Amino acid sequence: MKISPYLLALLCPIILLLSCKKSDNTITSNTKSSFTIEFEHQVNGAALVLNTTNYKNAKGEDFKINVFKYYVSNIKLSKADGTTYLIPESYFLIDESKSSSKLITINDVPTGDYTKIEYTIGVDYARNFAGAQTGALDPINGMFWTWNSGYIFVKLEGTSPQSLAANNMLTFHIGGVIDPNNTIRTFSTEINAANPLRIRTDAKPDMHFIVNAAALFTGKTDLSFASLNFTMGGANSVIVANNYAKGLFRLDHIHN
Amino acid sequence: MLRKLTVFAMLFLSIALMYACSKNYDEIKLEETKISFAIPSNFPASAYNFENNKLTNAGFALGKTLFYDARLSADKSVSCGSCHQQFAAFANLDHKVSHGVNNCQGKRNAPPLFNLAWQKAFFWDGGVKNIETSPLNAITDACEMGTDIETVISLLKHTNPYPELFNQAFGSTEINSQLVLKSITQFMAVLVSGNSKYDKVIREENGVVFTSQELAGYNLFKEKCASCHAEPFFTDFSYRSNGLDLVSADEGRSHISGLKTDFGSFRVPTLRNIEYTAPYMHDGRFYSLDEVLEHYNLGVKASANLDAQLKNGISLNTLEKEQIKAFLKTLTDNEFIKNTLYSES
Repeated sequence: MKISPYLLALLCPIILLLSCKKSDNTITSNTKSSFTIEFEHQVNGAALVLNTTNYKNAKGEDFKINVFKYYVSNIKLSKADGTTYLIPESYFLIDESKSSSKLITINDVPTGDYTKIEYTIGVDYARNFAGAQTGALDPINGMFWTWNSGYIFVKLEGTSPQSLAANNMLTFHIGGVIDPNNTIRTFSTEINAANPLRIRTDAKPDMHFIVNAAALFTGKTDLSFASLNFTMGGANSVIVANNYAKGLFRLDHIHN
Repeated sequence: MLRKLTVFAMLFLSIALMYACSKNYDEIKLEETKISFAIPSNFPASAYNFENNKLTNAGFALGKTLFYDARLSADKSVSCGSCHQQFAAFANLDHKVSHGVNNCQGKRNAPPLFNLAWQKAFFWDGGVKNIETSPLNAITDACEMGTDIETVISLLKHTNPYPELFNQAFGSTEINSQLVLKSITQFMAVLVSGNSKYDKVIREENGVVFTSQELAGYNLFKEKCASCHAEPFFTDFSYRSNGLDLVSADEGRSHISGLKTDFGSFRVPTLRNIEYTAPYMHDGRFYSLDEVLEHYNLGVKASANLDAQLKNGISLNTLEKEQIKAFLKTLTDNEFIKNTLYSES
């Protein structure tokens, strides 16, 4: 294909201008590719099975899980030299009951070797109040509060014989973005420099995370279902968020 | 010749038929007036600005149709317009609290809907922070419309003329919660009330002036009421306890903020169109402005979180009350109340 010299003349200053906008610590690359993230749900090392399997919390109390879903957003990758790439519009709702949701694909990532990943467990402050949303953030997904508007970041429902709630229910709806009850937490992990996340045009790596649902109930404060079996925002949700900030996610391995 | 005439007649007929068909879409009433969001010159810039929700006649018409459609509620008896009636400045005439599906009584008075584009939080407790998501609260509340957005969308997808209305408004027959909420917002945010006698006096329009009684009331108002009911919206959008009860039956703002100091406090309501929005207060306990003024005169109770400015009440004698009432009535915007652009039919 021939490009007219006029078009070229027009394009050159535009390209120059665009290159001027590049910030020193932001990654830009001519080539882009994709990678996947897999979330494997467990409870203290055992596979998470909804509704039927019995688990124990740190206090030795039995419980079952009926619902387990959460948001992962604002995924950011870093290279060893400190440059970072924020994946635009990265909002994902991971739901144990929907197996397809546990494997997410991230497209259009500049190629390169990445040695750190971080993301928000939940939804950032701005997007909580940004009006009607679609996709993963659509209120139709049952992760949006109407009475005190904002997203539920992590939702775990189940039962425990120790729960004093009706029908021994456990209801943990964690959300809220305003101090002192802000529950936005960030997860970050270094990636072994010997086996970084190698994004290439001819190689699409897979990151495998272990997600421990029991992390809601231990880590900073061991919870007893006799005293805490219901929270929808507020101070008790902060206790749970502080717990899972520590132990909900663990990078297990990367297939390059 | 005859053949030509026949062709002509058929063409004419088919055009006439097409016209008749289009007339069948009675619900699709694209307003003849170009719908616009106009900021009165005595108002500041709005918080909501349609930047990400392009205002169109078709979007507004769809939002209005949704606003007035009772089929959206669980028992098909309640629309947004049921509790937000235009003749009551989009509040609920003569209802202390909202009256929802299955004859359920809510716990709070339906607030009037206008000038919402300047409001940054919604409902008596400020629990909702974006106008676009505010309808979700009413749609899902068990004592209001008692349903969920998924059911509403499914209904709209299978109910004429909605797919066509969405197509006209957004260029696709796809229906999702975002488009439902954005179109309702196009209707709600265009509800601007800024043409009361007060506004015309302030803008010095056409030589409109206060009567001496109204002017005396305005001066009293500025002295005694304006620190909470700030101009030009006649609310400062803060949350306060105005001493209705020693211990409030409704926790109010504290339910949202988690702060004990917010217990029993509610958003300062606007006084615009107050003549038409009775009954008053978050629980609709007062039927008349006289009762409201008498509350501030002698009725304020020393509740734990009572607003500091109300510690000694607001003393008002009979003459002063009449003057303030005369001024408050200058906040009535009849052009807004009667504007057929906003009417159900």
